[in-house]
This record gives sequence, structure tokens and C-alpha cells, in this order.
Amino acid sequence: MQAVEDIKPCYPLFRADDYKGMIARKREKFEEGYDKAKVDEVFQWTTTKEYQDLNFKREALTINPAKACQPLGSALCGLGFHKTMVYIHGSQGCVAYFRTYFNRHFKEPIAFIADSMTEDAAVFGGQKNIHEGLANASKLYGAEMIAVSTTCIAEVIGDDLNAFINNAKNEGYIAKDFPVPFAHTPSFVGSHVTGWDNMEEGILRYFTLNEMEGKKVGSNGKINIVPGFETYLGNYRVIKRMLKEMDVDYTFLCDPEEVLDTPCDGEFRMYAGGTTIPEIKDAPNAITTFLLQPQTLDKTKKFVESTWNHEVPKITIPMGVQGTDEFLMAVSQVTGKPIPESLTKERGRLVDMMTDSHAWLHGKKMAIFGDPDFVYGMVGFMLELGIEPTHIVCHNGSKRWAKAVEKLLAESPYGVHGKVYVGCDLWHLRSLCFTDKPDFLIGNSYGKFIQRDTLHKGKAFEVPLIRLGFPIFDRHHLHRMTTLGYEGAMYILTTLTNAVLERLDEETRQMGVTDYNYDLVR
Amino acid sequence: MGKLRQCAIYGKGGIGKSTTTQNLVAALAEAGKKVMIVGCDPKADSTRLILHSKAQTTVMHLAAEAGSVEDLELEDVMAIGFGGVKCVESGGPEPGVGCAGRGVITAINFLEEEGAYDEDLDFVFYDVLGDVVCGGFAMPIRENKAQEIYIVVSGEMMAMYAANNIAKGIVKYANSGGVRLAGLICNSRKVDREDELITALAERLGTQMIHFVPRDNVVQHAEIRRMTVIEYDPNCKQADEYRALARKIIDNKKLVIPTPLEMDELEALLMEYGVIDQEDESIIGKTKAQETALAAA
Repeated sequence: MQAVEDIKPCYPLFRADDYKGMIARKREKFEEGYDKAKVDEVFQWTTTKEYQDLNFKREALTINPAKACQPLGSALCGLGFHKTMVYIHGSQGCVAYFRTYFNRHFKEPIAFIADSMTEDAAVFGGQKNIHEGLANASKLYGAEMIAVSTTCIAEVIGDDLNAFINNAKNEGYIAKDFPVPFAHTPSFVGSHVTGWDNMEEGILRYFTLNEMEGKKVGSNGKINIVPGFETYLGNYRVIKRMLKEMDVDYTFLCDPEEVLDTPCDGEFRMYAGGTTIPEIKDAPNAITTFLLQPQTLDKTKKFVESTWNHEVPKITIPMGVQGTDEFLMAVSQVTGKPIPESLTKERGRLVDMMTDSHAWLHGKKMAIFGDPDFVYGMVGFMLELGIEPTHIVCHNGSKRWAKAVEKLLAESPYGVHGKVYVGCDLWHLRSLCFTDKPDFLIGNSYGKFIQRDTLHKGKAFEVPLIRLGFPIFDRHHLHRMTTLGYEGAMYILTTLTNAVLERLDEETRQMGVTDYNYDLVR
Repeated sequence: MGKLRQCAIYGKGGIGKSTTTQNLVAALAEAGKKVMIVGCDPKADSTRLILHSKAQTTVMHLAAEAGSVEDLELEDVMAIGFGGVKCVESGGPEPGVGCAGRGVITAINFLEEEGAYDEDLDFVFYDVLGDVVCGGFAMPIRENKAQEIYIVVSGEMMAMYAANNIAKGIVKYANSGGVRLAGLICNSRKVDREDELITALAERLGTQMIHFVPRDNVVQHAEIRRMTVIEYDPNCKQADEYRALARKIIDNKKLVIPTPLEMDELEALLMEYGVIDQEDESIIGKTKAQETALAAA
């Protein structure tokens, strides 16, 4: 039992004998479970090739998805604009989920509001909710923009945001000139990256579509940066730093760097930083627009090309050596500014680090899962490092994306073992990790259950998780790190190398058995 | 090439929306216009006369087979029929399950994303199921989609009720956006003084009866061959009627926010034209036995 002088958290508390007895009695008397032998038998069966074949025949069931829904993305996008309240037209539960999801990842308070659709809204349409919601939101939260997106309920009944918001303005629920950009983000289509793209396009459209007169490509001398669904705060910072070093003026079209990293100084900031409305309105005057996650920003790209007449540079995510090289060269090309010595030196340092660690990473087999552009960039960098990517799982990747990754794999001798799986979930990946064991698994926190399951089969089967991606709920402050640019590559390289060395230490510290290789110097 | 005009056809179920739309579209195609039909009805019978097929394979059917709409290509769902008319059916669930309205939304979003609305098109026609029953069936009249609504109607009471209800639906969207009522198409049921009646209704709604399409058996003859009249018998009188309708629609400039009637007004109008009789308040709720007893007294 818990004692005041020695309060224990849930672990190790429940390992105490009295709790163990209580749990055993409960299991015996009330749970009506199968005996341990049967559970073990089924577990072993789920690790076989036979089970994997059945698992890959699954049609109507997802187990442990490696993606989230559209409004989660639209909400992150809205957060990146100055004094903008994220407004979700839908039920409260959905929005509570988006808030907690970001709370757990960023360890920050997150302000999103919902207009609480209930059964009567589902029958009569959600216009009344939008009217009252906009009226309240515009008065209560001191916002200067309200970014509206939707959840499943509003989309199934076909609520028309454009009409509802216009009616709200015409009928005086909210001032006519109050900016209310919107995006339809049905949760059952695409994923969070689609939702981000839709909201971004909605905001750019709202402020520029009918104000293109007098706009001239290149007249403000800046470049626009569209980050996409980006959760590494260091990535906003590193792109800004590199552009500053290049003496290139820029506008981030969505910049939640400040609001997701507010200081603890006694003042609560519901809003902080973010792209301003004048900056959005000026964005068509830029030289061009760079999409940092070009494989998942179709709608934004289309709008920027057709309405702003920007020639969007054909780059990939600026991750790893080549990805960053291409980005910097493209920036240099469109702005005419040379790549400065400082960045060339930084690149050199990265390459130096890569050669230092090469002996440890060469030929290591690593599986990976995550969002399309992240996985694409990671696969590219792994090949540069001499790591062999094996199972490459992207739940929300398209066929076109899969082809692009396959092409990347084909260009490197390290890519021969790589196999791309789109539309697959973490239960598929679990099977793959049993039947064709990689040395490591790269992905978000949800990958830890694959590590636990593989360990349960035996230490020799364990696939350790390396935490890179989104969300990371179970380690602190990793969201502040950087994965883009040369600097980001250094962080990834450090993370991967040390995971390899940590594992080697773990395996070699058995005294008198394996510690002949438990070396001080690695 | 002028600006793309998007039109939606509404009207009571069974009034002849799909037949009228396809004959109209065939006439437009004959006049050299590039047209696309988007069937927004789970029955998927909006393109059969143009394609000579039983029912075109629908977007939702193909999506269900492929696993998701994202796996489809435009060529999979679009068929080209008579006069180069592009045909798409949104499709939807079996009766009694799922959500047909969402099917319409999904299909139209898909067409937009895949670039079906190309610059060569002159007209898009949405042939929409019976009534605007939910948000999904209003999808074709959202902002930047159909701007012109035509209601197919006849001199029958329920058809006119439905037309008035549809006008009410249009008002909701017209106040916040660009959608307008463009006219009533009278598909004759040979009711007495039908043309006068519909003209009067149109006037009250603030619109026009754009054309009176007389009843002619050649339409049915063509239909059992899964053809439009324009194609089956281009020289018949009925074909000229559809051509006249097409011409009027090409030239149509009268787009209005409708002024729907109150029930009393509509009933008064129907009485005026003898579609319904003057109501005798004294007989309401009286059984035959009571009436006999009253008469005997």
C-alpha cells in the first residue's frame, strides 16, 4: 500500500506484493481471460510469416494508424498566423483531441475552439452553431483572424462554410470586415498533412484571390516559405538562419515557432508571433514560393502557381546533404544571392561528422515510418549515411510518392533492401519487424509498442525505436530539435549514431561474457 | 471561348429531369457547345441516353472498388457520349444505407481536383435528385459551382409544390452567394391551361417559364433505344422543341433571386387555374356516416 513517507508512482507501486495479489485475484475471479499458455501461443502465432500474410490481406480494418485526421493539420496551420483563433466547426470531442494531441507533443497550452455541434445541428445543419460561435469567438478571445475548418459531422451533412460565414456577416453576428478564412477538412479523407494543405490554401485564397490587382511577382524582393505540417520548431529557426546568412529576405506563410514555445515568465500568451495579414497580402509580390514539404502541398502549390503566377521551384524536402544543397542552390538561383562561406563550412562539418560515424552506421538496417515528406527526406539521408532502409511505411503516402521513394532507393546500392508500403499501419509494420528484423526502427512514439512486442519474443528479436517524427509524447523537448538543413542532418546523424552505440553498449556489458567489446572509445 | 456556365437542374422526382437534361444537352452539343453532365443521384440514370448504356459506372462505385477516391483517375469515371458530351455519375449507396449526399460532395470534389472542369467546356449540367433534401444535394449550388438553377415542373399540384420548395432552398444560398434561379422548364403533362399556369407561377417566383416542352411519344420511343430525341430522330418536331430550349438557355440573361410563395398564395394560384378546388371547411374531418346523418337532418 501507498505510504506517506514513501510515495511511489504507478511503477513500481503496482509491483508490490499486495497489488500483485490483488491484480491476480481480479484476473482469476472476474476477467474470464484465457490462460497464459493460450495467450503465449497466440502471441507467437502473430509473429509468424503465416500471420503476416493474413495481416496484409486485411481490408476493412486499421490497427494503430500511422496518421491523424485532417482537422489536426488545419489546426496546426491556423496556429501559425498572427493573433489567429483556430475554430473547428464540429463536435467538442474532436477538438479536445486536437488540443491534447498538441499538448502532449509540445508541452504547451493550445487554444482551439469548437462550436459544439450536437444531434440537432446534425439534423438542421450547423449554420446556427457557426453564427453563435463566430459571434462569441470574435468577442471573447481578442483574435484578429478566425481560421475555420471542419470535422466529420459537418462534412457528412454537407455544411457549406462559405455560405454560413457570409450569412453570419450579413446578419451581423460578426463584423463584415473580420477575416474568417476557412477550409473544408473532412476527417475521413486524406490525413493531417492534407488538412494542413487545405487550411493554408484557404487562408492564402481568402486574403489574395480578389486582391491580385497591382500585385507583381518579384516586386517585394522576398521569397515565401511554406513549411507544411512541420512540428520540429528548430526547423523554422534553421531555415530562417540559413536565409539570413544568405542575406535573403523571406516570409514564412505559417509560423507557429513562437506560440508553440512561449516562455514561463508569469504572462500567459494565447497568441505569439505568427504570419501577419499584411505579410499574406504581400506574399504574391514575392519572387517565388518554396514548399518545404512539396509532396503533400498539392492544393497550395496549385493556388500559388495559378493565382500568384509563381514558378514554384522543384525541390524535395531540405533534409540531408543533397536535399539541403538543392534547397540552397534553388534559393541562390531565384534570388541571385550566393551561398555564403558560413553555410559551405557548415556543410563541410556535416560531411566530416558523417565520415566520423560512417563505420558505425554502414550497413545498419533500419525500418522507418512517418509522414510522406519526412520519410522521403529520411530515406535520402539514410542512403547518404550508408544505412540500409528496409521497411518503409507511410500510411498517408500516395502511389506517386511511393514511386518517388522507389526511384530514390534504386539510385543507391544501400537501397536494395528497401521496400515501400503505402496505406499500411503499425500492425503491418509489427509483422514486418518480426519476420524480417531490422536493427532499428525510426518513427514516432507509437513505435514503442513494436519495440515492446518484439522484446517479448526475446531479446534477440527486439527492435529498438529511434524517436524521430511526430508525435513524440514520451520524451521531452525533442520537438525543439532540428531535422532540416545541415544542422538538422547533424542532429539526425547524432541521434542515429548514438542509438547504435547505446545498443552496442547494452549488448556488450555482460561481465565476462560480452564485455570484451564494452569499449571506452567508440 | 466564353466563361464556363454551370447549371443545376432540380424538380420533383419523376418529373422528367434526366430526360429533359439529356435532350437539352444533346441539343447544345449539336449547336457546337462543349458540355459535361454530372449526375447527382444514386440511381445514376442521368447519362444513359447520351451513352446508350444501362447505367454508367459511378464515381462512388469505382471508389468503393478501388478502396478510396484518391486511387481513381479522371479517365476511370468519365465517359464521352453523343456529340462529345462528357458524362459522370456520382452514384451513391444502396437505398436505405449510408449517405448519398456525401457521395455527391465527394464526387464533385474529385472532379474539381482532377481538373474535369477544363477551360474548353461551355456548360456543366448537374442533374440532381428530386429535392434539396440535405446539404450534400445542395453541393452543386455552392459558391463557384452552379450559378444557374433550372427547375423542371409540370401543371400538376405536387410538381409545383416541389418547385416552390426548391425556390426556397435557392434563396438560402442566393443571399450569401452567386446562385440564381434561371427559369422553369415546363415538361408538359397535358394539364389544362398548363402553360398559362406555369407562366403565372414563374411570374410569382420572379422568374420566367423559359420553355414549354410539349408531350410527345417520340421521347419515349427514343428512350427505349437509350437515345435522346435529337439523336434518334433529329428531324422530328420534338427535337426542335429541345433545340429551342437550348437556344433560350444559351441566350438566357434573366437570373434572379426567387421570391417563393407562401402556402396560401400557392394554393390560391392553383385554385385560380382549377388544379385544386375551393376548400369546403364544413366537410373537413366528417365521415361518410356523419355526412349522411347531416343530410338527413
